[in-house]
Amino acid sequence: MKRFLTTFLVICILSFLFLFFTSCDSGGNVTTLYVYNWGEYISDGSEGSLDVNAAFEVWYEQAYGQKIKVNYSTFSSNEDMYAKLVSGATSYDIVIPSDYMVERLLKEDMLRPLNTANIPNLQNIDMTAVIGEGKPYYDIDKDHSDKTYSVPYTYGTVGIIYNKTMLRAEDLAKIEAGEGSWDIMWDEHYKGNILQFNNSRDAFATAMFKEGYLVNTTSEAEWRAALDALMKQKPIVQGYVMDEIYNKMSSGSAALAPYYAGDFFTMYEDNEDLGFFYPTEGTNVFVDAMCIPNTSKNPELAELYINFMLSEEAATANAEYICYATPNKLVRESEDYIGAMEELHPDAMSILYDTDGIQLQFYENLDEEQLVLLNNLWEELKIESSIGSAIMIIACVIAGAAIGLGIFFFVRRRRRKRYTDTLWEN
Amino acid sequence: MKTLSRIYMWLVFALLYAPILVLVVYSFNKGGSFAEYTGVSFYWYSELFHDSAALLSLKNSLMLAVSAAALSTLIGTFAALGLDRMRNRYLKGAINSATNIPMMNPDIVTGVSMMLLFVAVGGWLKLTDTLGFGTMLIAHTTFCLPYVILSVLPRFRQFDKSLREAAMDLGCTPAQSFFKVELPQILPGVVSGLIMAFTLSLDDFVISHFVSSPDFQTLPLYIYNQTAHEVKFSMYALCTLIIIAILALLLLVNFAGGIGDRTKKRKEAVK
Repeated sequence: MKRFLTTFLVICILSFLFLFFTSCDSGGNVTTLYVYNWGEYISDGSEGSLDVNAAFEVWYEQAYGQKIKVNYSTFSSNEDMYAKLVSGATSYDIVIPSDYMVERLLKEDMLRPLNTANIPNLQNIDMTAVIGEGKPYYDIDKDHSDKTYSVPYTYGTVGIIYNKTMLRAEDLAKIEAGEGSWDIMWDEHYKGNILQFNNSRDAFATAMFKEGYLVNTTSEAEWRAALDALMKQKPIVQGYVMDEIYNKMSSGSAALAPYYAGDFFTMYEDNEDLGFFYPTEGTNVFVDAMCIPNTSKNPELAELYINFMLSEEAATANAEYICYATPNKLVRESEDYIGAMEELHPDAMSILYDTDGIQLQFYENLDEEQLVLLNNLWEELKIESSIGSAIMIIACVIAGAAIGLGIFFFVRRRRRKRYTDTLWEN
Repeated sequence: MKTLSRIYMWLVFALLYAPILVLVVYSFNKGGSFAEYTGVSFYWYSELFHDSAALLSLKNSLMLAVSAAALSTLIGTFAALGLDRMRNRYLKGAINSATNIPMMNPDIVTGVSMMLLFVAVGGWLKLTDTLGFGTMLIAHTTFCLPYVILSVLPRFRQFDKSLREAAMDLGCTPAQSFFKVELPQILPGVVSGLIMAFTLSLDDFVISHFVSSPDFQTLPLYIYNQTAHEVKFSMYALCTLIIIAILALLLLVNFAGGIGDRTKKRKEAVK
């Protein structure tokens, strides 16, 4: 025993030293580019795709004869990214947040204007379909309106994913006629088969589209009306979920769920009964854009990286991996890409890019007052029914504890009795 | 009563291990979905070994867990020694409770306060990239420490003080008596503290979330960030491998311990 434990300890310490020293030599004087992106949001070489970050390293070494390293890390929400960025503990060279977060970062003076001369591939970007002519709303700095701060990486829309085998025939006919509406998410017939976003902004937006409000409304009455709609929907909702949607929809345990168009294709791969439509009342559109924070240490290298991401090769790899709509017109026109998308889903191209007849609304950054209101309303929605279940749970725990204590005392008394009995016997 | 307790036992086992079993079974699913089982294959395992980001974060996690466990075991053992030798009862009680604070404290409070401390000290020393392996090591050692102390301290209490006195009486220096007499006796406590610290550090998410840097991402952080979109199926393969490794480690520790005891008994029997 003793010998074994000593060898175990020695092995532990040796392996620690080994790991420590092997990891130290990889540092050196190599310039590192820090990229901060959404999780699972870049072509990373898995399943035979192109490893974009490695390709950039190779390209840079060939072009400039110098080794660099891309340090790629990920976040799971815009707010996570924001918290990490403002904590000031680490400096990133590139961040890829969504539109309203770009607006917020710009307002708070945390972004660095791009030197567009270093990004010739900007000409590949064409966002007129969703933004129209001119600059996107989130990229306008009041004092320097001529400067560009962000470059679109991907964009996407929210729609309703439905399971064809679980819908009534008349609803299916309506959807196929292009008259699908958000109302279906409030239909009592699908009680327990509806999923809703577990994310305040997206969940409230579905109610606002249904009620015909603007998603960025500043009227408290309209926010409250949206809450009422969500409250009414709550009893028929199966759950408030985010990435669980993939499993629930592919396994057919829910009939309806609002989600992002690009992710629908991933679910469709697993379950061909699924369909997707844009409600007539309109829906949300978002852009995730590459920006350089002003704490960046290598802005020129960051611009080269952005330029590389806009090249046809890298952009195609990303678009095929992520499945969201690409702002890159070279990719959209490439036969390769169209073929790959159509293999995924016959209507993929029209779902992603045919958004002409749909009313699209961007989320804008809400001011402090609105954010507090949204948070309060969201809590109201989530807590209301949880009080009932909380009381249930507490009651169960108390009952369980009482039963446990009862058994304990019962057993103890019996044991004692038996013990005293044996004493008597002796 | 007996059948009832047996049912209860199996219920507990089912609750504990059913989720893990599902994960293991589906990690071999070629289709990469929980919806249908399309056939057994090692496809996701081979994907895993081509995923350099996942392997890097696994390496980081292991490196951090081993070093945090070693460091906290070292500090914790000597802290327990100090606590054991302390004469003043009130001071002893006070220090004992103080060391338990990182264990009682919610992880999120520890994490946020650690981050604030590191950023403040970093700003004060005019460092730019404060967070990284160093800060992770400090944070993980801090929250592992009470568990080590907790498992070592009772061993000191059980230890017969007269043995130490006898060793010194026979010519050992205090240091020699500690390493030759006392340490072998408390070693089981030290090892269980070490293993405890290792597993705690390996699966910590909340504290790491606050004090990590892009240079040093651990596996739990990597997997969590994937939930922004869909978690890759190769992650299930990785989790399966980790479960198997930990299971093997535990079996080894128990099994080897058993053998040690048996040989000892046999030796005693021979005598």
